[in-house]
Amino acid sequence: MSHALDKYFIPEPSKYPIYGSIALLLFGSGAVMWLNRVDGGALVFFLGIALLIYMMFGWFGQVVKESETGQYSKRVDVSFRWSMGWFIFSEVMFFAAFFGALFYARVLSVPWLATGENFELLWPQFTDSSWPTAGPLAYEAFTPMGAWGIPAFNTLLLLTSGATLTWAHHALLKNDRATLKKGLLLTILLGVIFLGFQMYEYFHAYSDLNLRMDSGIYGSTFYLLTGFHGLHVTIGAIMLTVMYFRINAGHFTPKNHFAFEATAWYWHFVDVVWLFLFVVVYWL
Amino acid sequence: MAAVTPDQLHDHHHGPTGLMRWITTTNHKDIGTMYLIFSFIMFLAGGVMALTIRAELFSPGLQVVEPELFNQLTTLHGLVMVFGAIMPAFVGFANWMIPLMIGASDMAFARMNNWSFWLLPPAAILLIGSFFVPGGATAAGWTLYPPLSIQMGMGMDMAIFAVHIMGISSIMGAINIVVTILNMRAPGMTMMKMPLFCWTWLITAYLLIAVMPVLAGAVTMLLTDRHFGTSFFNAAGGGDPVLYQHIFWFFGHPEVYIMILPAFGIVSQIIPTFARKPLFGYASMVYATSSIAILSFVVWAHHMFTTGMPTAGQLFFMYATLLIAVPTGVKVFNWIATMWRGSMTFETPMLWATGFIFVFTMGGFTGLICAIAPIDIQIHDTYYVVAHFHYVLVAGSLFALFAGAYYWLPKWTGRMPDEKIGKLHFWCSLIFFNITFFPMHFLGLAGMPRRVPDYALQFADFNMLASIGAFGFGLSQLIFLWVVIKAARGQGEKATARSWEAAEGLEWTVPSPAPHHTFEEVPVVK
Repeated sequence: MSHALDKYFIPEPSKYPIYGSIALLLFGSGAVMWLNRVDGGALVFFLGIALLIYMMFGWFGQVVKESETGQYSKRVDVSFRWSMGWFIFSEVMFFAAFFGALFYARVLSVPWLATGENFELLWPQFTDSSWPTAGPLAYEAFTPMGAWGIPAFNTLLLLTSGATLTWAHHALLKNDRATLKKGLLLTILLGVIFLGFQMYEYFHAYSDLNLRMDSGIYGSTFYLLTGFHGLHVTIGAIMLTVMYFRINAGHFTPKNHFAFEATAWYWHFVDVVWLFLFVVVYWL
Repeated sequence: MAAVTPDQLHDHHHGPTGLMRWITTTNHKDIGTMYLIFSFIMFLAGGVMALTIRAELFSPGLQVVEPELFNQLTTLHGLVMVFGAIMPAFVGFANWMIPLMIGASDMAFARMNNWSFWLLPPAAILLIGSFFVPGGATAAGWTLYPPLSIQMGMGMDMAIFAVHIMGISSIMGAINIVVTILNMRAPGMTMMKMPLFCWTWLITAYLLIAVMPVLAGAVTMLLTDRHFGTSFFNAAGGGDPVLYQHIFWFFGHPEVYIMILPAFGIVSQIIPTFARKPLFGYASMVYATSSIAILSFVVWAHHMFTTGMPTAGQLFFMYATLLIAVPTGVKVFNWIATMWRGSMTFETPMLWATGFIFVFTMGGFTGLICAIAPIDIQIHDTYYVVAHFHYVLVAGSLFALFAGAYYWLPKWTGRMPDEKIGKLHFWCSLIFFNITFFPMHFLGLAGMPRRVPDYALQFADFNMLASIGAFGFGLSQLIFLWVVIKAARGQGEKATARSWEAAEGLEWTVPSPAPHHTFEEVPVVK
């Protein structure tokens, strides 16, 4: 066994992590200032985001360079695979917290508020525990978001985008770069259309349905769940776009393209989250 | 194996020097050292808060701090000790020791490793800085329960973002550790040959990846409830403050094991060395650790017996919690069986490890008492609970950290720890620890509530005793600083590669202090 071939890539000292730390410090303190109406909060906040973007460009750029110059061995590739899997698992747990909140509200807290001891003591008028609800002190009526309009169409979009991405991946495996680009562009397009519809849906909810973030527990779970999902679609679409540029630059071979594969994993994960969202947030 | 060139023998590092070396480093030993130093600074900061609390509680009435500041100190003491001291200290051990133990040249993601550490200072700045903003730091308790945490000022927002940043750091650190252990082991180092410290950290890292995002979700909901009009924790909007407790403790109980499983690992390294026997029941230790981790996901509501949950729920969480005593008992049994008929000597690390078993087990037993729902309803939110979790967190996690620090100090600094001063540190800590926290059991049983700056007269004697003990304990920790500085300055007995007579494992095959780069040639484990 040749250990020389086994040599694991250890990067040189890097300035990017500290940029990231300063960026998050600015981001966090800027957000705190902004939320508490301290002057200059927004400026600090966006400064943090700008530095974060700069850091990501630099850091990921360096990783791409290291990958393309062949510094990563098979073993490094395995490390990337493990880490992406565990990262997606952590994302699953993040969404689990919000799904948990939704189930808790629907199965426990709302029925308790409507039928428990509160019934006589606090809010005697609140007797209907059916979902959706804005809770006992709802002073403004709202219309819930129906499932079979835009959301159903969005489901179709995302499912199709999963298929087109797999199509692109198979093309990459066969080194058919033209089909790869076609499939990838189509996937990005479907993702962007999804986001467009999602934004239209929020606009529609605020202006026509009076469904807002402060529409009680329904509004809270609706916006946080769909909002964080939308954020993840955005991140996924950006990752796909980066993949497109890298493919245009001639990166990836049928054997060596884990960045593409990781992006695909992430995209499918976002897809699956949407299916759960569609069923328990929109439909049931 | 290729010949070792003189260049490889030389203790060198590339790249920037001075401060920039530490800021940009991708070396697991540098990063481990920074984690350990950072956690000790945070330990002192949290300790100063604790001593201010104990000074106020020295006698009834209000003398030292205003009640508002008292509550802020209580809250920040908890947050700083949990997220700033104990957790980073264990990550420091993981960084230093796991690559050395499994024969890896570094962590799997060395650059990300740097970021995991350097996210901690910004989080600490936000946390400690929150004392100095209008309204002061959050005073909702380290658990940040609503509705209190909804009502606090901007200090609360700073705590929320600090928790987010520490969460990112923990998740990246945990992924790094999992991948390092799964993918970077030297040939022949099978999973079941790994030192137990690596096993406990593998399972701890899994827990971190599973629950830190849940905490992030919980504090995000706090943030949107505070500023964006959502009603997650507001009954008027159909939410429930108790929902926060469920989500928090779904994180919080695994978090407790995150802080104790690596301690089990450290103790499992030390006891065989000084008993001069292999660890008794290695496989059962691995299975016990896994069982504790799995069970930790189904016991969270034992923190919430007084929230009015259904009897069926109380029974389930009570029995599930009691079940954890079984794998924990397996561990304690195995440590004692390892010592049974061993050729024991009691150098400082072994003193700490045996002290750990003794005092931690007491904390485990009070944990069983707290787990019994009818008893817990009496002692919930009293000093009994404070006594319990300090027995497992101070006498458990912290004692194991000291044990490990004395054990591996020769590997880090090249000098043996001063036995005399180390033993003085141990005995002072053990005695003052018990003077501080043992009376709290009585206070709690007599009904003294936790998190109060003032109390009824009948609690005065025990509180005075606890405060005296606390100052003794706090000052004792400076002895540790003395030992470490002495060794780091190159004073004291020179350490050999195998610093302790019967120490086993790859980390003892490299020179002391460990050179900047180790295992660039992959070792083969037979």
